[in-house]
Amino acid sequence: MNSVRVLVGTRKGAFILTSDGKRKQWTVDGPHFGGWELYHLKGSPADPNRLYASQTSSWFGQVIQRSDDGGKTWNPPGTKPEDLMGSDGMPKGASNMFLYDASAETGRPLTTHQHYDGSQRPWEFKRVWHLEPSLTDPDTVYAGVEDAAIFKSTDGGTTWKELAGLRSAKGQLWQPGAGGMCLHTILINTGQPDRMFVAISAAGSFRSDDAGQTWRPTNKGLMSKYELPDPDADVGHCVHSIAMHPSHPNVLFMQKHWDVLRSDNGGESWQEISGNLPSDFGFPIAVHAHEPNTVYVVPIKSDSEHYPPDGKLRVYRSKVGGNEWEALTKGLPQQDCYVNILRDAMAVDQLDPCGIYFGTTGGQVYGSPDGGDSWTPIVRDLPAVLSVEVQTLP
Amino acid sequence: MIRVVLPQHLRILARVDSELVLDITGPVTVDSVLDTLESQYPMLRGTIRDHVTRRRRPFIRFFACEQDLSREASDTPLPEAVVTGAEPLLIVGAMAGG
Repeated sequence: MNSVRVLVGTRKGAFILTSDGKRKQWTVDGPHFGGWELYHLKGSPADPNRLYASQTSSWFGQVIQRSDDGGKTWNPPGTKPEDLMGSDGMPKGASNMFLYDASAETGRPLTTHQHYDGSQRPWEFKRVWHLEPSLTDPDTVYAGVEDAAIFKSTDGGTTWKELAGLRSAKGQLWQPGAGGMCLHTILINTGQPDRMFVAISAAGSFRSDDAGQTWRPTNKGLMSKYELPDPDADVGHCVHSIAMHPSHPNVLFMQKHWDVLRSDNGGESWQEISGNLPSDFGFPIAVHAHEPNTVYVVPIKSDSEHYPPDGKLRVYRSKVGGNEWEALTKGLPQQDCYVNILRDAMAVDQLDPCGIYFGTTGGQVYGSPDGGDSWTPIVRDLPAVLSVEVQTLP
Repeated sequence: MIRVVLPQHLRILARVDSELVLDITGPVTVDSVLDTLESQYPMLRGTIRDHVTRRRRPFIRFFACEQDLSREASDTPLPEAVVTGAEPLLIVGAMAGG
């Protein structure tokens, strides 16, 4: 029988929740890396035992952790002394060394971006927000970082190289949102792996058709009336999350700062599909594993009140690709609920019926084994949840 | 023989449960202690000082002999009591919280 493994990153450590295919009884394992912020954990589609984790701290900076046994044991990749010292005695790369590419070899200068006060600031690494393993190679993984950039590792996270072409996509106009200037979404096109999408707050969405070497903004149709002086600017939009169904990789669903949108042409243009949502502000968005037009969002009251409208925690589902949404409430608190659900904190499994999972800033992780019809808390009292990912295991 | 005390999170990361003892060749400075520490415990690289600039991370402090040495130049010789092993070099996460 299949089983599922839910990888939960929190403000104070990582937790691994496991269940069989019925998804009724759960085992909670953790905390791993107690006391550290775990921004994101994700498993390799090519090897489910290969997990990557972003472990960060304001005091001690960035650490990358890797597990080769499904989360039982973890190590920072390549931390043996011989992995770090070259034959000439000089240090080689390290798994937590994210250097923006300003090398003479590529001729790319360390460029600047806009700061809050309108001045230009050079890129400065803060942390890894998102790790996206390759679809086919367990040793290849991408990292979305703050200040916004994408890095690639081809040696299991031991060394990282920036795909610096992204910063050439009008990077001088990007600026941080309140949460920092972070690259938080990385999508790899299943049928055309050289095509990738990323999303940045607050810059927008971007597409590469050459495996990350060059990029261009893909924000046509986005409107940010109250956030930007030019509401339909080419860049500067605060995209919160983008989701894609693997069987329809040219169809993208976006939760923006305000507005839920859809693209049917690989990001060339977007149309709003907020429809009858009680609020079109929110953070995560997810697509059903087997129904490419079934989409999930969690409306939040506003950008100044990061909690559900009316104190009711409701997931909204559209079975027709947007505009027509139904509230999913069974098993979710319908009064006095004022938690938030962050952008990387909702995911689906691959079982039938499809399971949906999300984590809250109040420390609950909810699961639905029936496509969202009913929900139960898998665990109630974790630290604030930053990310949720799911692995479906044979 | 230099004694070094790490903060809890870095002891866990380095998988040590008590203070460390390092043999330093040459002048005993913050730089030379960290060079040796990072070569023996490479998972600590980047967590105490920047990979490239080698500057102390903002919320890291170096204490010894009841003195804050954090703002000293990192190639300043450490106190004799640290050099002889009578006192440890404390690597500390700056106080925070409310």
